[in-house]
Amino acid sequence: MTIRWGSYKVTNLYDELLRASGKPRAAAEIICSYLRGLSDQDIEEFKVAAESAIHVMGISFRVYHEDEGSIDRAWPFDIIPRIIDKQEWLKIEAGLKQRVKALNMFIDDLYNDQNIIKDGVFPADLLNKSKNFLPECKGVHPPLGVWAHICGSDLVRDNDGTVYVLEDNLRVPSGVSYMLENRKVMKRVFPEMFQQYSILPVDDYPSHLYDMLCELSPRDIEQPEIVILTPGIYNSAYFEHAYLAQQMGAEVVEGRDMFVDEDDVVYMRTIEGPTRVDVIYRRVDDHFIDPEVFNPDSMLGVPGLMRAWQAGNVALANAPGSGVADDKVVYAFVPDIIRYYLEEDPLIPNVPTYKCINKDERDYVIENIHNMVVKPANESGGYGMLIGPHATKAECEKFKRLVRKDPRNYVAQPMLMLSTAPTMIENKAEPRHLDLRPFVLSGKDIKVTMGGLTRVALRKGSIVVNSSQGGGSKDTWIVDMEA
Amino acid sequence: MLSRVASNLFWMARYLERAENTARLINVNSHLLMDLPTTVKLGWEPIIDILSARDDFYEHYEQADEHSVVKFMVTDKHNPSSIINSLTMARENARTVREIIPTESWEQINALYLSAMQNRASMVGRRHRYESLTAVIRSNQTLTGILAGIMTHDEGYAFLRLGRNLERGDMSTRIIDVRSASLLPELNDEQPAFENIQWMGVLKSMSAYQMYRQKVRLRINRPDVLKFLFLEERFPRSLAHTLKQAKSLLHDLPHNENAIKAVDTLQSRLSDGKPQSLKQGSLHEFIDEMQVGLIKIAEEIDETYF
Repeated sequence: MTIRWGSYKVTNLYDELLRASGKPRAAAEIICSYLRGLSDQDIEEFKVAAESAIHVMGISFRVYHEDEGSIDRAWPFDIIPRIIDKQEWLKIEAGLKQRVKALNMFIDDLYNDQNIIKDGVFPADLLNKSKNFLPECKGVHPPLGVWAHICGSDLVRDNDGTVYVLEDNLRVPSGVSYMLENRKVMKRVFPEMFQQYSILPVDDYPSHLYDMLCELSPRDIEQPEIVILTPGIYNSAYFEHAYLAQQMGAEVVEGRDMFVDEDDVVYMRTIEGPTRVDVIYRRVDDHFIDPEVFNPDSMLGVPGLMRAWQAGNVALANAPGSGVADDKVVYAFVPDIIRYYLEEDPLIPNVPTYKCINKDERDYVIENIHNMVVKPANESGGYGMLIGPHATKAECEKFKRLVRKDPRNYVAQPMLMLSTAPTMIENKAEPRHLDLRPFVLSGKDIKVTMGGLTRVALRKGSIVVNSSQGGGSKDTWIVDMEA
Repeated sequence: MLSRVASNLFWMARYLERAENTARLINVNSHLLMDLPTTVKLGWEPIIDILSARDDFYEHYEQADEHSVVKFMVTDKHNPSSIINSLTMARENARTVREIIPTESWEQINALYLSAMQNRASMVGRRHRYESLTAVIRSNQTLTGILAGIMTHDEGYAFLRLGRNLERGDMSTRIIDVRSASLLPELNDEQPAFENIQWMGVLKSMSAYQMYRQKVRLRINRPDVLKFLFLEERFPRSLAHTLKQAKSLLHDLPHNENAIKAVDTLQSRLSDGKPQSLKQGSLHEFIDEMQVGLIKIAEEIDETYF
């Protein structure tokens, strides 16, 4: 017997499956007792079964390698699922819908009337400093008033059990294919668990995505031409692009497969001749989609695409410019944005974020900098960030000066203690930190995946969940305990 | 179907066919060597000529000895048609259409490429050359079977087979051209036994020996061999067969007029040309004409679809 929950340490942390006492949470009782009954050999067999399912199904992500070019790596997957009770999930789901609805209204307002600025809720100055605000999108009314059709919001749970939105990915969020594949792997490995639990399904995502994309079609025809625009096979998410296309029966296209004619309509080159394209689910960043308007050296885009989109001849998902709502400073305003557009209080809290531009908040940040994560507004990818608890005194002093000098450019957050879940590390269950990325589709209505992609930091103590940096993933089970 | 995808399938098949034919060619030449009298200086140079790679070769090698030629044909990066380069290109083309072709076929191409990379040295050295080149041939045959057996026989499959057939027709004519001319330059009337062996070599380069014997039965002779390799529609590596295939594949594709016209032209030139009766000089001219015709077909396909 290898999994003894008694020796599983969850002190000072919130564990998704186990209480501090070492007893399973209600929704995790069945799986915990099942796992306890497994021998070393059983566990090894399950791991091998999962690995071979992953291999056979060809689930991979791409890593760029100096000598060998880019190579496909198998997707690191943990066999212990993360379990969330449906009752709790329904609250999160409602919160995500509320949030994405408000964010879309915000983006639409920013590119049109800018009422939120006129009403003094959102500072004009911040918009002017935003790198992701695209003036080319001003005055455009995309179909249904929706800009961010596909949103991946990262959720984390702190040690008191509160779930927060850590960030909203409104540009080209990825990972949904792994959510779908993880479930398939689990069905192969633990078929009996699916009888004992009522686990809500996730595999309707591609058909919801397809329906939503159809709703955007400028032509009112039965089968609009829908394509996925990929940067190409060397992109780290190419597997996902091909996978979704396969699941939806859409073409995967590259920029060079399409052109915009003088009629401002997008066509793709096929063996039948030029074929009109109605909806492009683009997985290419804003700055590369149209060399006529943005980066002129881009080989990934389609010259004239913006023209066609502005003329309403093609729908782009997500719409260009949607990224304006996912920068770090805008994040701090999301609770205000929700209140402003919906006249409701946010259902899921933001991680408390101190805007250094306000004197009170700034003073608080400076006083407590050793406990804070300080983020510059206009940087991304963790660049120029201070993680107080891990920083030296000199680094803290440096950031105090930076914050005082340019308060508008900084926000700060308390350091969260991300929740953990038992994860198989060399045939032993050990706690590892994780997050959760649900995917939200916005068309005529808003749909949230049942759960999402749970990413787990496989290194002990690490909170970095990215697959390129030692992260793995787990299947996420939303279980109906009343069924 | 996207033009790019059609083009990738077409070229994937062409490169695979090229690698397979090259492997056959080297195998047969290696064996032929052992059967010829030591007074006959069998060159390896014709092999380079078959792939029109003379310039590339002499840029990097002093003389056309066995080791240099085989290395050049199998592993050399400077030879765009070397087996390793062909397989690399085939794999790159396959990679971009991974979601179109059956997973098993992608795995097979990958395995073919990886094992060829691993066996680079043994394909060049004499001892294991035969088995490692045969492994390339077998592996590609397996792939052909996988594709035939599980890929939907749709436009994509049609482009794949078009590529395979045009490349095969091209390689077949190259092999006949060079083999019939310069393989044994000093061959004369006193060496009739070796004429037999020479033509056997030609047949074997195209894996046609057994099929030829079944069909013709007579002593091996030039006119019958040429007739078989050019005109026997039922033999899958003959030029006539590849053209017939190309035409029937084009029939099911849209906007096929120009490409079919190009096939028609070449087909009638082939049957009117009576290659079996041509002497060496005019045979060479005839083959040139066939090659031009094949290029024309490929151009029409490229123009129309890619």
